[in-house]
Amino acid sequence: MNAPVNPKKLIKGGLHDWEVVIGMEIHAQVTSRSKLFSGAPTAFGAEPNAHVSLVDAAMPGMLPVINEECVAQAIRTGLGLKAKINLRSVFDRKNYFYPDLPQGYQISQYKDPIVGEGEVLVDLADGESITVGIERLHLEQDAGKSLHDQSPNQSFVDLNRSGVALMEIVSRPDLRSSEEARAYVTKLRTILRYLGTCDGDMEKGNLRADVNVSVRRPGEPLGTRCEIKNVNSIRFIGQAIETEARRQIAILEDGGKIDQETRLFDPGKGETRSMRSKEEAHDYRYFPDPDLLPLEFEQAYVDGLAGGLPELPDAKKARFVSEFGLSAYDAGVLVAERASADYYEAVAKGRDGKAAANWVINELFGRLNKEGRGIEETPVSAAQLGAIIDLIGEGVISGKIAKDLFEIVWTEGGDPRQIVEARGLKQVTDTGAIEAAIDAIIAQNPDKVTQAKEKPTLLGWFVGQTMKATGGKANPAAVNALLKSKLGIE
Amino acid sequence: MSVDAQTVRRIAHLARIAVSEADVAPLQGELNAILAFVEQLGAVDVANVEPMTSVTPMAMKKRADVITDGDRAQEVVANAPETEDHYFIVPKVVE
Repeated sequence: MNAPVNPKKLIKGGLHDWEVVIGMEIHAQVTSRSKLFSGAPTAFGAEPNAHVSLVDAAMPGMLPVINEECVAQAIRTGLGLKAKINLRSVFDRKNYFYPDLPQGYQISQYKDPIVGEGEVLVDLADGESITVGIERLHLEQDAGKSLHDQSPNQSFVDLNRSGVALMEIVSRPDLRSSEEARAYVTKLRTILRYLGTCDGDMEKGNLRADVNVSVRRPGEPLGTRCEIKNVNSIRFIGQAIETEARRQIAILEDGGKIDQETRLFDPGKGETRSMRSKEEAHDYRYFPDPDLLPLEFEQAYVDGLAGGLPELPDAKKARFVSEFGLSAYDAGVLVAERASADYYEAVAKGRDGKAAANWVINELFGRLNKEGRGIEETPVSAAQLGAIIDLIGEGVISGKIAKDLFEIVWTEGGDPRQIVEARGLKQVTDTGAIEAAIDAIIAQNPDKVTQAKEKPTLLGWFVGQTMKATGGKANPAAVNALLKSKLGIE
Repeated sequence: MSVDAQTVRRIAHLARIAVSEADVAPLQGELNAILAFVEQLGAVDVANVEPMTSVTPMAMKKRADVITDGDRAQEVVANAPETEDHYFIVPKVVE
Protein backbone atom coordinates (compact mmCIF):
# COMPACT_ATOMS: atom_id res chain seq x y z
CA MET A 1 0.00 0.00 0.00
CA ASN A 2 2.94 2.31 0.58
CA ALA A 3 5.21 1.19 -2.22
CA PRO A 4 7.79 3.75 -3.37
CA VAL A 5 6.14 6.52 -5.37
CA ASN A 6 6.87 6.45 -9.09
CA PRO A 7 7.08 10.13 -10.18
CA LYS A 8 5.92 9.21 -13.69
CA LYS A 9 2.57 8.07 -12.31
CA LEU A 10 1.78 11.30 -10.46
CA ILE A 11 -0.91 13.60 -11.75
CA LYS A 12 0.04 17.27 -12.05
CA GLY A 13 -2.43 19.57 -10.37
CA GLY A 14 -2.36 23.35 -10.51
CA LEU A 15 -0.33 23.55 -7.29
CA HIS A 16 1.10 20.10 -6.55
CA ASP A 17 1.75 16.63 -7.87
CA TRP A 18 -0.83 14.10 -6.71
CA GLU A 19 -0.79 10.35 -6.33
CA VAL A 20 -4.00 8.52 -7.22
CA VAL A 21 -4.84 5.41 -5.19
CA ILE A 22 -7.24 2.88 -6.69
CA GLY A 23 -8.86 -0.28 -5.41
CA MET A 24 -11.41 -2.31 -7.31
CA GLU A 25 -14.37 -4.56 -6.71
CA ILE A 26 -14.94 -6.70 -9.77
CA HIS A 27 -18.26 -8.46 -10.21
CA ALA A 28 -17.72 -11.51 -12.38
CA GLN A 29 -20.66 -13.65 -13.45
CA VAL A 30 -19.95 -17.29 -12.65
CA THR A 31 -20.11 -19.58 -15.67
CA SER A 32 -22.80 -22.14 -14.81
CA ARG A 33 -25.89 -23.55 -16.45
CA SER A 34 -28.28 -22.74 -13.61
CA LYS A 35 -28.48 -20.05 -10.94
CA LEU A 36 -26.72 -19.91 -7.56
CA PHE A 37 -29.76 -20.99 -5.53
CA SER A 38 -32.31 -22.18 -8.10
CA GLY A 39 -32.64 -24.42 -11.15
CA ALA A 40 -33.54 -21.61 -13.57
CA PRO A 41 -31.18 -21.08 -16.53
CA THR A 42 -28.51 -18.37 -16.64
CA ALA A 43 -28.35 -17.95 -20.43
CA PHE A 44 -28.37 -14.35 -21.74
CA GLY A 45 -31.05 -12.89 -23.93
CA ALA A 46 -34.23 -14.79 -22.96
CA GLU A 47 -37.75 -13.36 -23.08
CA PRO A 48 -38.66 -11.22 -20.04
CA ASN A 49 -38.89 -13.30 -16.85
CA ALA A 50 -38.57 -16.59 -18.79
CA HIS A 51 -35.46 -17.61 -16.83
CA VAL A 52 -37.03 -17.10 -13.44
CA SER A 53 -38.03 -19.68 -10.84
CA LEU A 54 -40.33 -18.92 -7.93
CA VAL A 55 -37.17 -18.83 -5.76
CA ASP A 56 -35.67 -16.03 -7.89
CA ALA A 57 -38.96 -14.15 -7.74
CA ALA A 58 -38.86 -14.49 -3.92
CA MET A 59 -42.29 -16.05 -3.64
CA PRO A 60 -43.24 -16.82 -0.02
CA GLY A 61 -42.06 -20.19 1.22
CA MET A 62 -39.40 -20.71 -1.46
CA LEU A 63 -36.03 -21.86 -0.15
CA PRO A 64 -32.58 -21.49 -1.71
CA VAL A 65 -30.50 -24.61 -2.45
CA ILE A 66 -26.89 -23.95 -3.45
CA ASN A 67 -25.51 -24.93 -6.85
CA GLU A 68 -22.41 -27.07 -6.26
CA GLU A 69 -20.79 -26.03 -9.55
CA CYS A 70 -20.89 -22.34 -8.55
CA VAL A 71 -19.00 -23.26 -5.38
CA ALA A 72 -16.43 -25.20 -7.43
CA GLN A 73 -16.04 -22.24 -9.82
CA ALA A 74 -15.37 -19.85 -6.92
CA ILE A 75 -12.75 -22.25 -5.54
CA ARG A 76 -11.08 -22.61 -8.95
CA THR A 77 -10.97 -18.83 -9.27
CA GLY A 78 -9.48 -18.52 -5.78
CA LEU A 79 -6.79 -21.04 -6.72
CA GLY A 80 -6.09 -19.09 -9.93
CA LEU A 81 -5.58 -15.96 -7.79
CA LYS A 82 -3.13 -17.90 -5.56
CA ALA A 83 -5.55 -17.22 -2.73
CA LYS A 84 -6.43 -18.87 0.55
CA ILE A 85 -9.51 -21.08 0.20
CA ASN A 86 -11.73 -21.03 3.29
CA LEU A 87 -13.08 -24.50 4.03
CA ARG A 88 -15.95 -22.90 5.91
CA SER A 89 -17.79 -19.80 4.75
CA VAL A 90 -21.14 -18.23 5.57
CA PHE A 91 -23.94 -16.66 3.52
CA ASP A 92 -25.43 -13.44 4.83
CA ARG A 93 -28.36 -11.27 3.89
CA LYS A 94 -27.52 -7.78 2.67
CA ASN A 95 -30.73 -5.82 3.12
CA TYR A 96 -31.92 -3.04 0.83
CA PHE A 97 -34.99 -2.21 -1.22
CA TYR A 98 -34.95 -1.91 -4.97
CA PRO A 99 -37.54 -3.02 -7.53
CA ASP A 100 -35.14 -5.46 -9.20
CA LEU A 101 -34.37 -7.17 -5.88
CA PRO A 102 -37.57 -9.06 -5.05
CA GLN A 103 -36.24 -10.66 -1.85
CA GLY A 104 -35.55 -7.26 -0.29
CA TYR A 105 -32.05 -8.59 0.40
CA GLN A 106 -29.16 -9.99 -1.58
CA ILE A 107 -27.69 -13.30 -0.42
CA SER A 108 -23.98 -12.55 -0.18
CA GLN A 109 -21.01 -13.39 2.02
CA TYR A 110 -19.90 -10.76 4.50
CA LYS A 111 -17.63 -11.78 7.38
CA ASP A 112 -16.67 -15.24 6.17
CA PRO A 113 -16.09 -15.31 2.39
CA ILE A 114 -15.23 -18.49 0.49
CA VAL A 115 -11.86 -17.10 -0.66
CA GLY A 116 -9.37 -15.01 1.31
CA GLU A 117 -6.16 -13.21 0.39
CA GLY A 118 -4.42 -13.75 -2.93
CA GLU A 119 -2.55 -11.82 -5.59
CA VAL A 120 -2.43 -11.02 -9.30
CA LEU A 121 0.76 -10.32 -11.25
CA VAL A 122 0.13 -7.50 -13.72
CA ASP A 123 2.45 -6.65 -16.64
CA LEU A 124 2.50 -3.03 -17.79
CA ALA A 125 3.28 -1.66 -21.24
CA ASP A 126 6.75 -0.41 -20.30
CA GLY A 127 7.84 -3.91 -19.25
CA GLU A 128 7.35 -3.20 -15.54
CA SER A 129 5.30 -5.66 -13.45
CA ILE A 130 3.27 -5.00 -10.32
CA THR A 131 1.67 -7.36 -7.85
CA VAL A 132 -1.88 -6.45 -6.89
CA GLY A 133 -3.18 -7.86 -3.63
CA ILE A 134 -6.56 -9.58 -3.57
CA GLU A 135 -8.38 -9.03 -0.30
CA ARG A 136 -11.17 -11.57 -0.79
CA LEU A 137 -13.57 -13.21 -3.20
CA HIS A 138 -17.12 -14.01 -2.22
CA LEU A 139 -20.18 -15.54 -3.84
CA GLU A 140 -23.41 -13.58 -4.14
CA GLN A 141 -26.60 -13.26 -6.15
CA ASP A 142 -27.00 -10.86 -9.03
CA ALA A 143 -30.06 -8.60 -9.08
CA GLY A 144 -32.63 -8.28 -11.86
CA LYS A 145 -32.62 -5.59 -14.50
CA SER A 146 -34.75 -2.45 -14.74
CA LEU A 147 -35.49 -0.83 -18.08
CA HIS A 148 -36.21 2.88 -17.83
CA ASP A 149 -36.64 3.84 -21.45
CA GLN A 150 -39.89 2.02 -22.22
CA SER A 151 -42.20 4.57 -20.61
CA PRO A 152 -41.88 8.14 -19.28
CA ASN A 153 -43.11 7.37 -15.78
CA GLN A 154 -42.65 3.64 -15.29
CA SER A 155 -39.77 1.17 -15.08
CA PHE A 156 -39.96 -2.35 -16.50
CA VAL A 157 -38.42 -5.09 -14.36
CA ASP A 158 -37.00 -8.33 -15.73
CA LEU A 159 -35.71 -10.86 -13.19
CA ASN A 160 -33.85 -13.13 -15.62
CA ARG A 161 -30.51 -12.13 -14.10
CA SER A 162 -31.89 -12.25 -10.56
CA GLY A 163 -30.14 -15.00 -8.63
CA VAL A 164 -27.37 -15.66 -11.16
CA ALA A 165 -24.12 -16.34 -9.29
CA LEU A 166 -21.55 -13.57 -9.09
CA MET A 167 -18.04 -13.59 -7.70
CA GLU A 168 -17.13 -10.28 -6.15
CA ILE A 169 -13.35 -9.98 -6.29
CA VAL A 170 -12.02 -7.23 -4.05
CA SER A 171 -8.51 -5.87 -4.64
CA ARG A 172 -6.34 -4.01 -2.18
CA PRO A 173 -5.80 -0.31 -2.94
CA ASP A 174 -2.56 -1.24 -4.73
CA LEU A 175 -3.15 0.50 -8.05
CA ARG A 176 -1.54 3.90 -8.75
CA SER A 177 -2.73 4.95 -12.21
CA SER A 178 -5.54 4.42 -14.67
CA GLU A 179 -3.11 2.41 -16.81
CA GLU A 180 -2.41 0.04 -13.89
CA ALA A 181 -6.14 -0.28 -13.24
CA ARG A 182 -6.85 -1.17 -16.87
CA ALA A 183 -3.98 -3.66 -16.94
CA TYR A 184 -5.25 -5.25 -13.71
CA VAL A 185 -8.78 -5.77 -15.05
CA THR A 186 -7.39 -7.07 -18.34
CA LYS A 187 -5.21 -9.59 -16.51
CA LEU A 188 -7.97 -10.66 -14.15
CA ARG A 189 -10.27 -11.16 -17.13
CA THR A 190 -7.60 -13.30 -18.85
CA ILE A 191 -7.23 -15.47 -15.74
CA LEU A 192 -11.01 -15.93 -15.41
CA ARG A 193 -11.30 -16.89 -19.07
CA TYR A 194 -8.44 -19.40 -18.81
CA LEU A 195 -10.11 -20.93 -15.77
CA GLY A 196 -13.48 -21.00 -17.54
CA THR A 197 -15.10 -19.55 -14.44
CA CYS A 198 -16.38 -16.33 -16.09
CA ASP A 199 -16.60 -15.52 -19.80
CA GLY A 200 -15.50 -11.92 -19.15
CA ASP A 201 -18.05 -10.52 -21.60
CA MET A 202 -18.22 -6.89 -20.49
CA GLU A 203 -20.76 -5.89 -23.14
CA LYS A 204 -23.27 -8.28 -21.62
CA GLY A 205 -22.41 -7.03 -18.13
CA ASN A 206 -20.84 -10.37 -17.18
CA LEU A 207 -17.81 -8.51 -15.82
CA ARG A 208 -18.21 -5.06 -14.29
CA ALA A 209 -16.23 -2.96 -11.87
CA ASP A 210 -16.82 -0.69 -8.91
CA VAL A 211 -13.76 1.56 -8.72
CA ASN A 212 -12.61 3.20 -5.50
CA VAL A 213 -10.58 6.33 -6.19
CA SER A 214 -8.78 8.69 -3.82
CA VAL A 215 -5.88 11.10 -4.21
CA ARG A 216 -3.10 12.19 -1.87
CA ARG A 217 0.16 14.11 -1.87
CA PRO A 218 2.97 11.52 -2.13
CA GLY A 219 3.88 10.14 1.27
CA GLU A 220 0.69 11.33 2.97
CA PRO A 221 -1.99 9.02 4.44
CA LEU A 222 -4.80 7.79 2.18
CA GLY A 223 -7.31 10.42 1.14
CA THR A 224 -11.10 10.12 1.33
CA ARG A 225 -12.31 7.83 -1.44
CA CYS A 226 -15.27 7.86 -3.77
CA GLU A 227 -16.72 4.72 -5.26
CA ILE A 228 -17.61 4.79 -8.94
CA LYS A 229 -20.28 2.15 -9.50
CA ASN A 230 -20.76 -0.30 -12.32
CA VAL A 231 -18.22 0.70 -14.93
CA ASN A 232 -18.65 -1.75 -17.76
CA SER A 233 -15.68 -1.46 -20.10
CA ILE A 234 -11.93 -1.40 -19.61
CA ARG A 235 -11.66 1.87 -21.53
CA PHE A 236 -14.33 3.50 -19.36
CA ILE A 237 -12.54 2.31 -16.21
CA GLY A 238 -9.49 4.29 -17.33
CA GLN A 239 -11.56 7.36 -18.22
CA ALA A 240 -13.59 7.23 -15.01
CA ILE A 241 -10.41 7.16 -12.90
CA GLU A 242 -8.80 10.08 -14.76
CA THR A 243 -11.99 12.13 -14.52
CA GLU A 244 -12.59 11.38 -10.86
CA ALA A 245 -8.96 11.95 -9.81
CA ARG A 246 -8.96 15.37 -11.51
CA ARG A 247 -12.28 16.29 -9.89
CA GLN A 248 -10.89 15.43 -6.45
CA ILE A 249 -7.61 17.28 -7.07
CA ALA A 250 -9.49 20.42 -8.14
CA ILE A 251 -11.58 20.34 -4.94
CA LEU A 252 -8.56 19.77 -2.68
CA GLU A 253 -6.44 22.45 -4.34
CA ASP A 254 -9.32 24.89 -3.85
CA GLY A 255 -9.12 24.13 -0.13
CA GLY A 256 -12.22 21.92 -0.13
CA LYS A 257 -12.68 18.39 1.17
CA ILE A 258 -13.87 15.18 -0.45
CA ASP A 259 -17.18 13.67 0.67
CA GLN A 260 -17.11 9.89 0.76
CA GLU A 261 -19.89 8.92 -1.63
CA THR A 262 -21.00 6.68 -4.44
CA ARG A 263 -20.71 8.17 -7.92
CA LEU A 264 -21.69 7.23 -11.44
CA PHE A 265 -19.47 7.69 -14.51
CA ASP A 266 -21.18 9.22 -17.54
CA PRO A 267 -18.98 8.45 -20.56
CA GLY A 268 -21.05 10.70 -22.83
CA LYS A 269 -20.49 13.79 -20.70
CA GLY A 270 -17.05 12.67 -19.47
CA GLU A 271 -17.94 13.32 -15.82
CA THR A 272 -18.73 11.47 -12.63
CA ARG A 273 -21.77 12.49 -10.61
CA SER A 274 -23.10 11.74 -7.19
CA MET A 275 -25.71 8.98 -6.70
CA ARG A 276 -27.26 10.51 -3.61
CA SER A 277 -30.07 7.97 -3.47
CA LYS A 278 -27.55 5.21 -2.72
CA GLU A 279 -26.28 6.98 0.39
CA GLU A 280 -28.91 5.85 2.86
CA ALA A 281 -28.79 2.37 1.40
CA HIS A 282 -25.39 1.86 2.97
CA ASP A 283 -27.01 0.57 6.15
CA TYR A 284 -27.25 -3.01 4.94
CA ARG A 285 -27.92 -4.71 8.31
CA TYR A 286 -26.08 -7.90 7.34
CA PHE A 287 -26.97 -11.05 9.22
CA PRO A 288 -26.40 -14.77 8.53
CA ASP A 289 -29.09 -16.13 6.19
CA PRO A 290 -31.21 -18.49 8.31
CA ASP A 291 -32.22 -20.41 5.13
CA LEU A 292 -28.66 -21.57 4.49
CA LEU A 293 -26.22 -23.62 6.52
CA PRO A 294 -22.54 -22.66 6.48
CA LEU A 295 -20.75 -23.72 3.29
CA GLU A 296 -18.23 -26.41 4.23
CA PHE A 297 -15.97 -28.73 2.26
CA GLU A 298 -12.77 -30.71 2.76
CA GLN A 299 -9.25 -29.79 1.69
CA ALA A 300 -9.29 -32.95 -0.50
CA TYR A 301 -12.14 -31.40 -2.52
CA VAL A 302 -10.05 -28.25 -3.08
CA ASP A 303 -7.01 -30.35 -4.03
CA GLY A 304 -9.10 -32.26 -6.57
CA LEU A 305 -10.19 -29.00 -8.20
CA ALA A 306 -6.60 -27.72 -8.13
CA GLY A 307 -5.52 -30.86 -10.03
CA GLY A 308 -7.99 -30.07 -12.80
CA LEU A 309 -6.89 -26.47 -13.41
CA PRO A 310 -5.46 -25.58 -16.83
CA GLU A 311 -2.02 -24.04 -17.28
CA LEU A 312 -2.52 -20.37 -16.33
CA PRO A 313 -1.26 -17.35 -18.30
CA ASP A 314 1.80 -16.59 -16.12
CA ALA A 315 3.04 -20.19 -16.32
CA LYS A 316 2.29 -20.41 -20.03
CA LYS A 317 4.12 -17.16 -20.72
CA ALA A 318 7.20 -18.36 -18.83
CA ARG A 319 7.11 -21.63 -20.75
CA PHE A 320 6.81 -19.88 -24.13
CA VAL A 321 9.87 -17.79 -23.25
CA SER A 322 11.97 -20.79 -22.19
CA GLU A 323 10.66 -23.40 -24.63
CA PHE A 324 10.31 -21.32 -27.80
CA GLY A 325 12.85 -18.57 -27.11
CA LEU A 326 10.24 -15.79 -27.36
CA SER A 327 10.61 -12.30 -25.92
CA ALA A 328 8.54 -11.66 -22.79
CA TYR A 329 6.50 -9.18 -24.81
CA ASP A 330 5.62 -11.59 -27.62
CA ALA A 331 4.87 -14.35 -25.12
CA GLY A 332 2.58 -11.93 -23.27
CA VAL A 333 0.69 -11.09 -26.46
CA LEU A 334 0.24 -14.77 -27.30
CA VAL A 335 -1.02 -15.88 -23.88
CA ALA A 336 -3.56 -13.03 -23.48
CA GLU A 337 -6.24 -15.36 -24.84
CA ARG A 338 -6.14 -19.09 -24.30
CA ALA A 339 -7.35 -19.70 -27.87
CA SER A 340 -4.48 -17.59 -29.24
CA ALA A 341 -1.95 -19.47 -27.15
CA ASP A 342 -3.36 -22.82 -28.29
CA TYR A 343 -3.24 -21.69 -31.93
CA TYR A 344 0.33 -20.49 -31.56
CA GLU A 345 1.42 -23.72 -29.96
CA ALA A 346 -0.11 -25.75 -32.77
CA VAL A 347 1.81 -23.65 -35.30
CA ALA A 348 5.08 -23.67 -33.34
CA LYS A 349 5.10 -27.41 -32.70
CA GLY A 350 8.11 -28.90 -34.51
CA ARG A 351 8.95 -25.52 -36.09
CA ASP A 352 11.01 -22.45 -35.29
CA GLY A 353 9.18 -20.83 -32.36
CA LYS A 354 10.22 -17.28 -33.17
CA ALA A 355 9.23 -17.53 -36.83
CA ALA A 356 5.88 -18.98 -35.78
CA ALA A 357 5.39 -16.12 -33.27
CA ASN A 358 6.16 -13.51 -35.93
CA TRP A 359 3.67 -15.01 -38.33
CA VAL A 360 0.94 -15.43 -35.72
CA ILE A 361 1.38 -11.97 -34.17
CA ASN A 362 2.21 -9.83 -37.21
CA GLU A 363 0.37 -11.47 -40.08
CA LEU A 364 -2.49 -13.39 -38.52
CA PHE A 365 -3.39 -11.09 -35.57
CA GLY A 366 -2.80 -8.07 -37.80
CA ARG A 367 -5.23 -9.39 -40.39
CA LEU A 368 -7.78 -10.49 -37.77
CA ASN A 369 -7.69 -7.08 -36.08
CA LYS A 370 -8.15 -5.35 -39.39
CA GLU A 371 -11.38 -7.28 -39.93
CA GLY A 372 -12.46 -7.11 -36.30
CA ARG A 373 -12.44 -10.88 -35.95
CA GLY A 374 -11.35 -13.05 -33.01
CA ILE A 375 -8.91 -15.94 -33.21
CA GLU A 376 -11.86 -18.37 -33.17
CA GLU A 377 -12.96 -16.97 -36.53
CA THR A 378 -9.64 -17.25 -38.35
CA PRO A 379 -10.01 -18.56 -41.91
CA VAL A 380 -6.35 -19.71 -41.83
CA SER A 381 -5.94 -22.77 -39.64
CA ALA A 382 -2.84 -23.49 -37.57
CA ALA A 383 -2.03 -26.35 -39.98
CA GLN A 384 -2.25 -24.04 -43.01
CA LEU A 385 -0.08 -21.35 -41.41
CA GLY A 386 2.37 -24.05 -40.33
CA ALA A 387 2.61 -25.27 -43.94
CA ILE A 388 3.37 -21.73 -45.17
CA ILE A 389 6.17 -21.41 -42.60
CA ASP A 390 7.51 -24.83 -43.65
CA LEU A 391 7.58 -23.73 -47.32
CA ILE A 392 9.72 -20.71 -46.38
CA GLY A 393 12.00 -22.86 -44.22
CA GLU A 394 12.49 -25.35 -47.05
CA GLY A 395 13.42 -22.52 -49.42
CA VAL A 396 10.44 -23.32 -51.68
CA ILE A 397 9.00 -19.80 -51.45
CA SER A 398 10.44 -16.43 -50.49
CA GLY A 399 9.17 -14.43 -47.51
CA LYS A 400 7.48 -12.01 -49.87
CA ILE A 401 5.65 -14.74 -51.77
CA ALA A 402 4.71 -16.26 -48.43
CA LYS A 403 2.73 -13.13 -47.62
CA ASP A 404 0.91 -13.39 -50.95
CA LEU A 405 0.30 -17.07 -50.26
CA PHE A 406 -1.10 -16.19 -46.82
CA GLU A 407 -3.51 -13.79 -48.50
CA ILE A 408 -4.62 -16.50 -50.95
CA VAL A 409 -5.18 -19.01 -48.15
CA TRP A 410 -7.05 -16.33 -46.15
CA THR A 411 -9.49 -15.52 -48.95
CA GLU A 412 -9.72 -18.81 -50.86
CA GLY A 413 -8.60 -21.49 -48.42
CA GLY A 414 -6.82 -24.60 -49.63
CA ASP A 415 -3.59 -26.49 -49.04
CA PRO A 416 -0.66 -24.04 -49.24
CA ARG A 417 1.63 -26.67 -50.80
CA GLN A 418 -0.82 -27.39 -53.60
CA ILE A 419 -1.44 -23.69 -54.19
CA VAL A 420 2.32 -23.09 -54.59
CA GLU A 421 2.53 -25.99 -57.05
CA ALA A 422 -0.57 -25.06 -59.03
CA ARG A 423 0.17 -21.36 -59.37
CA GLY A 424 3.92 -21.60 -59.93
CA LEU A 425 4.81 -19.59 -56.85
CA LYS A 426 7.98 -21.59 -56.26
CA GLN A 427 11.05 -19.52 -55.71
CA VAL A 428 13.55 -19.57 -58.56
CA THR A 429 16.79 -20.99 -57.21
CA ASP A 430 18.00 -21.90 -60.67
CA THR A 431 20.92 -19.46 -60.95
CA GLY A 432 20.80 -19.68 -64.72
CA ALA A 433 17.38 -18.08 -64.90
CA ILE A 434 18.29 -15.43 -62.32
CA GLU A 435 21.54 -14.69 -64.13
CA ALA A 436 19.69 -14.16 -67.37
CA ALA A 437 17.38 -11.67 -65.71
CA ILE A 438 20.30 -9.83 -64.13
CA ASP A 439 22.25 -9.71 -67.36
CA ALA A 440 19.28 -8.13 -69.11
CA ILE A 441 18.95 -5.46 -66.40
CA ILE A 442 22.69 -4.70 -66.49
CA ALA A 443 22.60 -4.40 -70.26
CA GLN A 444 19.69 -1.94 -70.13
CA ASN A 445 21.16 0.28 -67.39
CA PRO A 446 24.85 0.90 -68.07
CA ASP A 447 24.76 4.28 -66.22
CA LYS A 448 23.43 2.68 -63.03
CA VAL A 449 26.14 0.00 -63.27
CA THR A 450 28.83 2.68 -63.31
CA GLN A 451 27.21 4.53 -60.39
CA ALA A 452 26.91 1.34 -58.38
CA LYS A 453 30.67 0.93 -58.31
CA GLU A 454 30.89 4.35 -56.51
CA LYS A 455 27.75 3.93 -54.47
CA PRO A 456 27.18 0.30 -53.32
CA THR A 457 23.77 1.17 -51.82
CA LEU A 458 22.43 1.11 -55.39
CA LEU A 459 22.54 -2.66 -55.02
CA GLY A 460 19.08 -2.42 -53.52
CA TRP A 461 17.71 -0.95 -56.73
CA PHE A 462 19.16 -3.86 -58.74
CA VAL A 463 17.70 -6.38 -56.28
CA GLY A 464 14.31 -4.72 -56.69
CA GLN A 465 14.51 -4.83 -60.48
CA THR A 466 15.59 -8.47 -60.47
CA MET A 467 12.74 -9.46 -58.15
CA LYS A 468 10.32 -7.58 -60.35
CA ALA A 469 11.64 -9.29 -63.47
CA THR A 470 11.26 -12.74 -61.84
CA GLY A 471 7.79 -12.05 -60.43
CA GLY A 472 9.11 -12.00 -56.87
CA LYS A 473 10.06 -15.64 -57.12
CA ALA A 474 13.83 -15.33 -57.24
CA ASN A 475 15.65 -16.50 -54.15
CA PRO A 476 16.79 -13.21 -52.54
CA ALA A 477 20.07 -14.68 -51.24
CA ALA A 478 20.98 -15.96 -54.71
CA VAL A 479 20.04 -12.61 -56.29
CA ASN A 480 22.23 -10.72 -53.83
CA ALA A 481 25.22 -12.95 -54.35
CA LEU A 482 24.98 -12.89 -58.14
CA LEU A 483 24.50 -9.11 -58.31
CA LYS A 484 27.47 -8.44 -56.06
CA SER A 485 29.80 -10.51 -58.19
CA LYS A 486 28.49 -9.12 -61.50
CA LEU A 487 28.61 -5.48 -60.36
CA GLY A 488 31.91 -5.95 -58.60
CA ILE A 489 30.60 -4.76 -55.24
CA GLU A 490 32.12 -6.17 -52.07
CA MET B 1 -29.08 -1.62 24.65
CA SER B 2 -31.94 0.73 23.86
CA VAL B 3 -33.19 2.78 20.94
CA ASP B 4 -34.06 6.45 20.78
CA ALA B 5 -36.90 8.00 18.77
CA GLN B 6 -34.59 8.84 15.87
CA THR B 7 -33.47 5.19 15.58
CA VAL B 8 -37.08 4.07 15.53
CA ARG B 9 -37.82 6.41 12.62
CA ARG B 10 -34.69 5.23 10.83
CA ILE B 11 -35.47 1.52 11.22
CA ALA B 12 -39.02 2.12 10.04
CA HIS B 13 -37.72 3.94 6.97
CA LEU B 14 -35.16 1.23 6.16
CA ALA B 15 -37.93 -1.38 6.41
CA ARG B 16 -40.24 0.82 4.31
CA ILE B 17 -42.89 0.78 7.07
CA ALA B 18 -44.91 3.99 7.43
CA VAL B 19 -44.83 4.95 11.11
CA SER B 20 -46.74 8.05 12.09
CA GLU B 21 -45.11 10.50 14.47
CA ALA B 22 -47.72 9.63 17.13
CA ASP B 23 -46.67 5.97 17.00
CA VAL B 24 -42.94 6.60 17.45
CA ALA B 25 -42.94 6.95 21.24
CA PRO B 26 -45.10 3.84 21.94
CA LEU B 27 -43.01 1.81 19.46
CA GLN B 28 -39.81 2.99 21.10
CA GLY B 29 -41.17 1.71 24.42
CA GLU B 30 -42.14 -1.65 22.95
CA LEU B 31 -38.82 -2.12 21.17
CA ASN B 32 -36.86 -1.25 24.31
CA ALA B 33 -38.93 -3.74 26.31
CA ILE B 34 -38.09 -6.45 23.76
CA LEU B 35 -34.41 -5.50 23.77
CA ALA B 36 -34.32 -5.59 27.56
CA PHE B 37 -35.96 -9.02 27.52
CA VAL B 38 -33.41 -10.38 25.02
CA GLU B 39 -30.58 -8.74 26.91
CA GLN B 40 -31.03 -11.28 29.72
CA LEU B 41 -29.17 -13.70 27.43
CA GLY B 42 -26.09 -11.56 28.04
CA ALA B 43 -25.83 -13.14 31.48
CA VAL B 44 -24.86 -16.49 29.92
CA ASP B 45 -21.16 -17.03 29.23
CA VAL B 46 -20.89 -18.26 25.62
CA ALA B 47 -17.22 -17.39 25.12
CA ASN B 48 -16.29 -20.94 24.07
CA VAL B 49 -19.52 -21.98 22.42
CA GLU B 50 -19.74 -22.28 18.61
CA PRO B 51 -22.76 -20.42 17.22
CA MET B 52 -25.49 -22.96 16.48
CA THR B 53 -26.39 -23.09 12.82
CA SER B 54 -28.64 -26.15 12.85
CA VAL B 55 -30.61 -28.14 15.40
CA THR B 56 -29.09 -31.40 14.20
CA PRO B 57 -25.51 -31.47 12.95
CA MET B 58 -25.73 -31.68 9.18
CA ALA B 59 -23.96 -30.44 6.06
CA MET B 60 -25.68 -28.03 3.68
CA LYS B 61 -27.48 -29.78 0.83
CA LYS B 62 -26.15 -28.92 -2.61
CA ARG B 63 -27.72 -29.04 -6.06
CA ALA B 64 -26.15 -30.33 -9.26
CA ASP B 65 -25.77 -27.66 -11.96
CA VAL B 66 -28.75 -28.64 -14.08
CA ILE B 67 -31.66 -26.60 -15.39
CA THR B 68 -34.83 -27.73 -13.67
CA ASP B 69 -36.89 -24.56 -13.62
CA GLY B 70 -37.87 -21.42 -15.55
CA ASP B 71 -40.23 -20.92 -18.50
CA ARG B 72 -43.08 -19.82 -16.24
CA ALA B 73 -43.11 -16.06 -16.81
CA GLN B 74 -46.91 -15.96 -16.59
CA GLU B 75 -46.87 -17.50 -13.09
CA VAL B 76 -43.97 -15.28 -12.00
CA VAL B 77 -45.82 -12.06 -12.80
CA ALA B 78 -49.30 -13.39 -11.92
CA ASN B 79 -49.57 -11.43 -8.64
CA ALA B 80 -48.06 -8.19 -9.91
CA PRO B 81 -50.38 -5.15 -9.82
CA GLU B 82 -49.24 -4.22 -13.31
CA THR B 83 -47.45 -6.15 -16.06
CA GLU B 84 -46.68 -5.83 -19.74
CA ASP B 85 -45.16 -8.52 -21.98
CA HIS B 86 -44.31 -10.44 -18.79
CA TYR B 87 -42.36 -7.49 -17.35
CA PHE B 88 -43.20 -6.23 -13.87
CA ILE B 89 -44.22 -2.57 -14.18
CA VAL B 90 -43.25 -0.28 -11.32
CA PRO B 91 -43.21 3.49 -10.78
CA LYS B 92 -40.15 5.00 -12.44
CA VAL B 93 -36.94 4.40 -10.48
CA VAL B 94 -33.93 5.95 -12.11
CA GLU B 95 -30.67 7.49 -10.93
